[in-house]
Amino acid sequence: MIEVNNLSKNYGAKTVVNDLSFTVKKGEVLGFLGPNGAGKSTTMRMVTGFISPTKGDAQICGVSVVDHPKRAKSHIGYLPESAPLYDDMTVTDFLKFCASMRGLRGAAGKSAINSALETCFLENISHQSISTLSKGYRHRTCLAQALLHDPDVLILDEPTDGLDPNQKHEVRQLIARLGETKAILFSTHILEEVEAACTRAVIIDQGEIVADGTPAELKEKSGTNSLHDLFRSLTTKEVE
Amino acid sequence: MFTIFKRELKSYFTQPTAYAVIVIFLFMSLFFAFSLGNFIKTGDANLEWSFFFWHPWIYMLLAPALGMRLWADEQRSGTIELLGTFPTTIWSAILGKYLAAAVVWLIALLLTYPMVIAVNKLGDPDNLTIFSGYIGSFLLCCTFLAITCLVSAFTRDQVTCLIISCSICVVLVVVGFDHVVRIFAQTFSEATTDAIVSTSVLDHYQPLLRGALRLQDFTYFISIIIACLLCTSAILNSKRS
Repeated sequence: MIEVNNLSKNYGAKTVVNDLSFTVKKGEVLGFLGPNGAGKSTTMRMVTGFISPTKGDAQICGVSVVDHPKRAKSHIGYLPESAPLYDDMTVTDFLKFCASMRGLRGAAGKSAINSALETCFLENISHQSISTLSKGYRHRTCLAQALLHDPDVLILDEPTDGLDPNQKHEVRQLIARLGETKAILFSTHILEEVEAACTRAVIIDQGEIVADGTPAELKEKSGTNSLHDLFRSLTTKEVE
Repeated sequence: MFTIFKRELKSYFTQPTAYAVIVIFLFMSLFFAFSLGNFIKTGDANLEWSFFFWHPWIYMLLAPALGMRLWADEQRSGTIELLGTFPTTIWSAILGKYLAAAVVWLIALLLTYPMVIAVNKLGDPDNLTIFSGYIGSFLLCCTFLAITCLVSAFTRDQVTCLIISCSICVVLVVVGFDHVVRIFAQTFSEATTDAIVSTSVLDHYQPLLRGALRLQDFTYFISIIIACLLCTSAILNSKRS
């Protein structure tokens, strides 16, 4: 479903992502781990077609995001890092706008919005203005936007960042549930999350993959049965 | 494109921006017409000097104020990342947003209709000249909006965008202003002065107020608008590459 081939990104002389390759199949939830500045967000932005790679390509359901961005993008649901929203709209209006941008209008749009509201537990605030929402609700509204068109591929950049423990738990469960039928790539700092929601995890550091495996395999690799130890031994502590 | 246009237009009216700009525009255009323009005494039924003459001076402040959020806001809040990952092209976003801002101005201009009714009651105006004045006024405003649109693509800060676009608009107006033209004429040769003055919006705006629909004026306004929008798309694309 997601097939990343030799993806690289340079900003001037600085290499942010270096020759990254991995695949995420249907029914798989891939956790994307790495310290701040490792190139997680940049990779995700390239896979979603928001920024163009210096080298390499990503295939979404067999469609190249470099050659056919419009077709590839229609298969992706994307939650950006800071969960950006239009503050002047209500939740329903915002979702209506996003649905319409995805070509879902009229009855199809309505049912898509209702099911997204239901999945993300937003029904009781659906008519509230986005500017009045708490961080947890903002995140979930942005997540709802990514689910509207029932995409085959979900790309979530730190979906649990800034949520309280209850909300984190809910979102993890949601990811695990959605992962049964979709290909999901999500990034996080929280290692427990990998065990809770992922079928596989990749650790990247300075734009390169340093570990790849199921959570159990990674734990075994660490020698001390702890993802924390593996993470700390494999990644650079200070990013220049 | 239409979806973005609709969202933008609605957002102008759910926030105070559009109301503030429209009300200030109406107030200032009428204030200038009746005070500095001496609307009552001059008996200028075609609205050329009393009314339309002052529009560039109002637009050079208000058009950037309306347009400053076009891309600056999108980049600051990160919503550009949503727009950039929807299955559309950057062009539909640029056109949708630009047209929405232009429509807000069209509404503001249409709301000056009591002036037209008043001159028709009081005197015997040439309504075609007035119409051509409106076309000129709208084109001028669209030009300033396109400039603001381009500037806002560069920055995520609305205030920076406002100041820079205002300055560009002020320069474009002032180089055609009579007093300044006289100074140019004293320092430069005639050909240089003509060249400088012809870059001014006033040089292309005033013929339209007199009812002269000249091809070169339309070309001037429309090519600035198209160039600015093309550059906007180039800037936004280069920021993502």
